[in-house]
Amino acid sequence: MRAVWLNAILLRPWLTLALCLLLVVMAAVGSKNLYFRGDYKIFFGPGNEQLQAYEDMQSIFSKSENASIVIAPDEGDVFSPQTLALIKDYTEEAWRIPYATRVDSMTNFQHTSAEGDDLLVEDLFEDPQGMSQDEIQNARRVALSEPALVDKMVAADGKAVMINITVQLPDEGLDQAFRDVAGAVRELSNALSQTYPNHQFYHTGVVYMNDAFMTSAENDASTLVPLMFLTVVLMLWLLLRSFTGTLSTVIVLITTIAATMGISGWMGVFLSTATVNVPTLVMTLAVADCVHVISSMLYGLRQGKSKAEAIRYAMELNLMPVFITSVTTAIGFLTLNFSDVPILADLGNLTAVGIMLAFVLSVTLLPALLLLLPMRVAVKQQTSSGRMEAFAEWVITNHKRLLPFTVILTLVAIGATLKNEVNDQATEYFKPSMPFRFAADYQEEHISGMATMDFGLFMGEPSALNKPDNLQIVADFTQWLRAQPEIDHVSSISDTFKRLNQNMHGDDQSYYRLPEDRELAAQYLLLYEMSLPFGLDLNNQVNLDKSATRVMATLQNLGSKEFTAFEQRALDWLAQRAPNIEVRASSPSLMFAHIGETNMASMLRGTVLALILISCLLVIALRSWKMGAISLLPNLLPAGIGFGIWAVISGQINMGLSVVMSMSLGIIVDDTVHFLAKYQRARREGADAEQAVRYAFSSVGRALWITTVVLVSGFAILSLSNFGVNADMGMLTGIIILVALAVDFLFLPAFLMVFDKKSVNKEDNADDTDKKLQATV
Amino acid sequence: MIRIRSFKPLFSALLSLLLVVQVQAQTAEEKGLAIAKERKQRDLGWQDNQAEASMILRTASRQEIERRMRLLTLEVKDDGDKGLTIFDQPADVKGTAFLNYSHAIEPDEQWMYLPALKRVKRIASKNKSGPFMGSEFAFEDLSSFEVEKFSYKYLRDEQYEGMDCFVIEQQPAYEHSGYTKLITWLDKEHYRAQKVEFYDRKDSLLKTLTMHDYQLYLDKYWRPMKLSMKNHQTRKSTDLITHELQFRTGLSESDFSQAALKRAK
Repeated sequence: MRAVWLNAILLRPWLTLALCLLLVVMAAVGSKNLYFRGDYKIFFGPGNEQLQAYEDMQSIFSKSENASIVIAPDEGDVFSPQTLALIKDYTEEAWRIPYATRVDSMTNFQHTSAEGDDLLVEDLFEDPQGMSQDEIQNARRVALSEPALVDKMVAADGKAVMINITVQLPDEGLDQAFRDVAGAVRELSNALSQTYPNHQFYHTGVVYMNDAFMTSAENDASTLVPLMFLTVVLMLWLLLRSFTGTLSTVIVLITTIAATMGISGWMGVFLSTATVNVPTLVMTLAVADCVHVISSMLYGLRQGKSKAEAIRYAMELNLMPVFITSVTTAIGFLTLNFSDVPILADLGNLTAVGIMLAFVLSVTLLPALLLLLPMRVAVKQQTSSGRMEAFAEWVITNHKRLLPFTVILTLVAIGATLKNEVNDQATEYFKPSMPFRFAADYQEEHISGMATMDFGLFMGEPSALNKPDNLQIVADFTQWLRAQPEIDHVSSISDTFKRLNQNMHGDDQSYYRLPEDRELAAQYLLLYEMSLPFGLDLNNQVNLDKSATRVMATLQNLGSKEFTAFEQRALDWLAQRAPNIEVRASSPSLMFAHIGETNMASMLRGTVLALILISCLLVIALRSWKMGAISLLPNLLPAGIGFGIWAVISGQINMGLSVVMSMSLGIIVDDTVHFLAKYQRARREGADAEQAVRYAFSSVGRALWITTVVLVSGFAILSLSNFGVNADMGMLTGIIILVALAVDFLFLPAFLMVFDKKSVNKEDNADDTDKKLQATV
Repeated sequence: MIRIRSFKPLFSALLSLLLVVQVQAQTAEEKGLAIAKERKQRDLGWQDNQAEASMILRTASRQEIERRMRLLTLEVKDDGDKGLTIFDQPADVKGTAFLNYSHAIEPDEQWMYLPALKRVKRIASKNKSGPFMGSEFAFEDLSSFEVEKFSYKYLRDEQYEGMDCFVIEQQPAYEHSGYTKLITWLDKEHYRAQKVEFYDRKDSLLKTLTMHDYQLYLDKYWRPMKLSMKNHQTRKSTDLITHELQFRTGLSESDFSQAALKRAK
């Protein structure tokens, strides 16, 4: 079977080449179906509880997706005629932003006041440049004491304001819509900064969060992928010192990636902030296959074999190991399907596809290419890597000291993992240097956090909101929220009722309280509704039949644990105080806060499954239960130690890191397989543990070192991403791979020498075995 | 006045374009105005009417609620009509009455009687484009058609629902209007509005109003028994259904005074 396959390739290299390329092109054509999605909803599956709650809330009340502009005058006071004029101009122009349905700012805030029996409803700053100093001071006082404005639309110290543009985005083409809005707002800011110099503009809100997601994906695609490519070419050249070898590998990599992305298109999987890095990952993982094959071939050539013979030798030697390692790596990536984050599942599936394609191409296309392309090799025995052997001797001599030392180090590291904390917070996905993060930090520092939490209070029957008891609960809840340390601002209809009651009683301060009967409340609300101008209606706070209201809280940018804890506290308070009111909390921040934990839990299940599958595979591959059991240690320890190191570096676990365990498991298993396979082979041939360790080091030590360097570089490049989910994932995976090598080189040999003392085949004496083994290398 | 510098070239380009269009399309605007005048002319002299009506409000997810009201209207020569709305449902606003003197270019004058407070409150606001009772109808969508409210441009002839129609573009003259333009389909036979498209400040289609079931009153005046307003951006909609309509019921100015508000029940 194997012979047929090899002969087919070696006898008909052109046909093989043509067939491979044909299939690759057929697959690659699928990339015409590829499209990019960068909106934040791709992190959540359609069944995600928080996403559902959020979308329900959006359909019951009006949508709340927004672009916010924070404006800060250099002079430091927003109540100057100049800055007020800017805010007013901005507010008016903002109505022309694509998809804008509502624009709120300090200037168009609908201020109500009483004048005898007249209810005046007007913009707080209708004509700032026509206002006298007194009028401005008056309006300033109103703005800084109005609960709807202060700490939200205007900083309490009057140094910055926010303009909020609510957008109603289409369901189709969401990405382009986000882009259009972000672009138009930026343009408007630029235009107005010309007219009003000495003002700083910062853009935040959901629209710009999306924009940041998209920008970082684009950055990754345009910087990391080419960088990875260059690194790979450079490393190949250094490792192989063969132009043909490098070129063939590059061709295999390119065809693998083209076919993978094409298949992604055929499967209908879109490109996203996560999958945009599939080429980088596939490149990293596929390089190893090619390096193994080509190194063996070069070895054969140097031994004086003909090219065809050398290829045959390389193929026969590598087919099985490359297959096994590809399968284990693919399994690791496939368990990303356990993730609650759809794009991480996509990432896993596509990478798995890419890995298996890389395997297929490196045993078909690669040998065909190597056969067809000219190749010169100096017949020169490469000086065997004396360093690796010296290292092996050092390990063997010191194994009794190494074992306890590594055990202690491991325990310390694993103990440190407990300091890690799951934390998903969308703003922190971005490096502080990114404009969005900068703006969000600025907003938090000067006005309020960017995190929001909307509470929908559902009171059952139509008009139930107007009942005094219910209004009282809304008011109490609002007050309770405001007393919480996490809270920056609360927007609530109860404030409106109080203000109206005061207005209806000639602005008498003592009437700043809730209306006392249902009819009065209903009629106030009707009156108020009838007086509001276009776009500034109450739909965002009160539902159609007035059976529900939405209390909108703005919070500091908390970690997800504190955030969900706060949610629970608020829900508990309401459940206790108002058991008859149905409450739902929702917001994009809440979606991110929850996804981290649920995703972590599901990925732990995925990791367990990956471990079981991979261990079974190892038992089969090594044909030994014992070896399979021993392999658990070097397979598990690196993740434990890696997460321990992570606790020291950062300690924050975001959704990207939750997949690292199963993903890295599939990769590091390769090292173990290679090492144990060689060790076992030596043991079967009668060597004792020490000799077998020596043999394992000298036969695969260098290869393991090389593949680790390649993999770590690949993941190090991923860690350069501006996008925290990708960067952290790359960094931790890189760390774990490096640790895995250390475990395989330091801990595993020591462990084997201490615990695998059983019988050496008595019939052979040790020296003979050693010689025999050396010959097989 | 504040000028936005970077928009200046755009403004002047638009302005010159406008001038060119004006010279060439003089007739289109004249024709539009003539049609508007004819429309108004055909609807003069009905004096007053009283209606019982329902508003059906629907959300994007098709939830709906009904509100019932009575509408009293007085024709006013050379100005917007006067309207008195008495709310019957929901129960907690029953008896609340709303008086509106609509004006073509000035803000409307509005008063509301709150039975629970037993007071008449004047509302001073520029809310013509604001929603009427939380519906998709704005005040300006419901108030009487006045020639001075808009500038006009005849666009084309077009069939709509089997009727030959004029298609007219109307630009609101009211400074604080929420619309940049309206496109109206008027049937040629009776000059009745059949469909109106409303464009918002960013010039994208905001709402479409369609008129259904026109009935003839006093052998001269056509009134639709159902107005259907769809908001394309929020996907909410509102139907205004007239259950009963009577003309020349003997209403006078005094029925539309602040004092009359309290009496209305």
